[in-house]
Amino acid sequence: MGTARARALLAGLFGSWTRAALTLAMLGLFALVLPPFLHWALLDATWDGLSRKACSPDGACWAFIRARLPLFFYGHFPPAERWRVDLALALLLAVAVPTLFARHRQGVWMLLLLLGVPVLGLVLLLGGVFGLAPVGVGDWGGLMLNVALSFAVLVFALPLGVLLAFGRRSTLPILRWGSTGFIEIWRGVPLLGVLFMGLVMLPMFLPDGMNVGTLVRAIVVLSLFESAYLAEVVRGGLQSVPQGQAEAAMALGMHHAKAQLLVVLPQALRVSIPGIINIVVDLFKDTTLVSIVGLAELMGVVNQSLKDQAWLGLAREGYVFAALVFFIACLALSLTGQVLERRFGAARRR
Amino acid sequence: MGMTAAPPAPRARGAAAAALWQLGVVAAAAALVLLLARNAAQNMASRNITFGFDFLSHPAGFDIPFHLLGWQLTDSYGWALVVCAVNSLLAAVMSIALASALGLLLALMRLSGNPLAGGTARGIVELVRNTPQLLQIIFVYYVFLAALPPPRQSLVLGVGFFLNVRGLLIPTPALPGLMWLGGAVLVLLSVLGRMARRAERPAGAWLAPGLLLVWLAAGLALAEWDVPRLQGFNFTGGMRLPPELIALWLGISVYTSAFISESIRAAILAIPHGQTEAAYSIGLSRGRTMSLVILPQALRLLVPPLTSQYLNIIKSTTLGAAIGYPDVLQIFGRTVLNQSGRAVEVMALIMALFLAINLPTSALMNAWNRRLMQQGR
Repeated sequence: MGTARARALLAGLFGSWTRAALTLAMLGLFALVLPPFLHWALLDATWDGLSRKACSPDGACWAFIRARLPLFFYGHFPPAERWRVDLALALLLAVAVPTLFARHRQGVWMLLLLLGVPVLGLVLLLGGVFGLAPVGVGDWGGLMLNVALSFAVLVFALPLGVLLAFGRRSTLPILRWGSTGFIEIWRGVPLLGVLFMGLVMLPMFLPDGMNVGTLVRAIVVLSLFESAYLAEVVRGGLQSVPQGQAEAAMALGMHHAKAQLLVVLPQALRVSIPGIINIVVDLFKDTTLVSIVGLAELMGVVNQSLKDQAWLGLAREGYVFAALVFFIACLALSLTGQVLERRFGAARRR
Repeated sequence: MGMTAAPPAPRARGAAAAALWQLGVVAAAAALVLLLARNAAQNMASRNITFGFDFLSHPAGFDIPFHLLGWQLTDSYGWALVVCAVNSLLAAVMSIALASALGLLLALMRLSGNPLAGGTARGIVELVRNTPQLLQIIFVYYVFLAALPPPRQSLVLGVGFFLNVRGLLIPTPALPGLMWLGGAVLVLLSVLGRMARRAERPAGAWLAPGLLLVWLAAGLALAEWDVPRLQGFNFTGGMRLPPELIALWLGISVYTSAFISESIRAAILAIPHGQTEAAYSIGLSRGRTMSLVILPQALRLLVPPLTSQYLNIIKSTTLGAAIGYPDVLQIFGRTVLNQSGRAVEVMALIMALFLAINLPTSALMNAWNRRLMQQGR
């Protein structure tokens, strides 16, 4: 067993002249890139210190990241209240995991995720009730803002996306054209343009005297934008449910709408979950764009910290750290999606 | 997946119910639009804002730091839109070319059968796909390009190409007008040639692209090259691509190449292995099997995902606004909007510009997809 695998590996590496040349080229590339990188990132790096002066000029200055870590994760959320952010995140994970993996009552978990978690999360993060000290939205920042923003957008965009998906498949022409037009228009414009538009134009469409902050504006336009992409994923899921399912439900005496809601939609959503996760990964990465319109999410906080007099000139460290955080979070999400995709594939084969 | 058949309407629901439903939706949508429009009209009236596109002819009075087309302070807002749209287009075209090349390279590495190359490509793809595109652009801009040497110690990248902290300097050809005319004729001919190929006349189909290559080679040889030269502390001659453009170009290209490589790999792997075996059994070599049997079929599958990636690239050029590249969003959505105060008109123009590119392409792709489905693959 072991020798067979070793032989296959050897054949892959040196099985032909071209493969051997490729192997040597890759090894040469590694030898060129890896040693300087390892020296910079680990061997010559400085981990402790109070300012840039404490750092060795040859290596990375990770002391900067350590000093700014709470800022990168919580923004300007009051330090004494940060346990509320942790609790909200724990709550989100505690409900999200069963929503994805539960074999029974998945729908109940999903309702809890889309209705219960936002309410509790809002109570925890904003405070002002149940004796919790109030925290202004302006103090939200760092990675916490990326997560909160992504989740808030998902909560609004998913139901809207489901409606649009049904609309696009409807036999009623006006519903179908309307949904198709909405989806295609939002998919045809760039996200940053949409954010600019939300910032400038949203106040114009609100009644006089009603004003909403930048965060709410971003949530509104991001939700509309993402709902178009979610609609296409859900539509794919709806198409994968055999027509016999709806027909059988109606043969049992269910009303058309009830059959769609209770029989077709749950099956469609189950199949759509990997696609939805892909969109959530994109959404999570795209929340960095709100830093351009002045919200202090992780990238925005890193940008601010780079202007700190004590830590000038550490762009490399700051952005490498931000990239690492996004990489870990997005990879975990992507892998979850792949596991679920395989599970649905297995279920369908059975 | 291609079936768009909607669920059949149940017997019980008649045409009247359907009409009522639609009427309800239309009424609700109309009420919403009216409400929003009323609010907008009130708000604009209370702030003394009028609506109209007449401002496009007003002089702009600001500078556009990088422009392919001519630009003067006295030019109009309308011309500014054209100039920055061309800037966006330049970034898009450059990114499409580089992203395709990098994507192909990564896909070939993964399909090479060499575990070292395949593993490296997979690692790069995962790293790139799972980090934000904006972060990659900013990283290139503030980390790589900021570390470049000043003009006097420029990196020399081949004859006439210089890279320094102020950007990339490239030589520009000064072609005689006749050459451009000849080129246009040849492009036309090559389009005709494609039609000829569809009519099963391969000889005619290859003639025009061949002539095009000859024209390109002759043009490059005959053109008078304006090569950048160091004079004092700076360069003169040639053309300078600013660091903002380079960062945007590299950032978008690297990010999109990861997705393109996955599309290419998926398209090649989607061709049943029986095709390869059949090609071998009639005596085709490995290379000819790839180029004559696998690739033509894979290319057909590749067209829709590749097009959507190219559209993503066009939309991503707006990220230039984050680093100050004078693209449509930066110049029109920021400078012109702030200066003229015409928020609604400016935003409508920008959105219309992108929709004008994306909607027809998306419609074409849907039609192409339907045709593929009808052909059974």
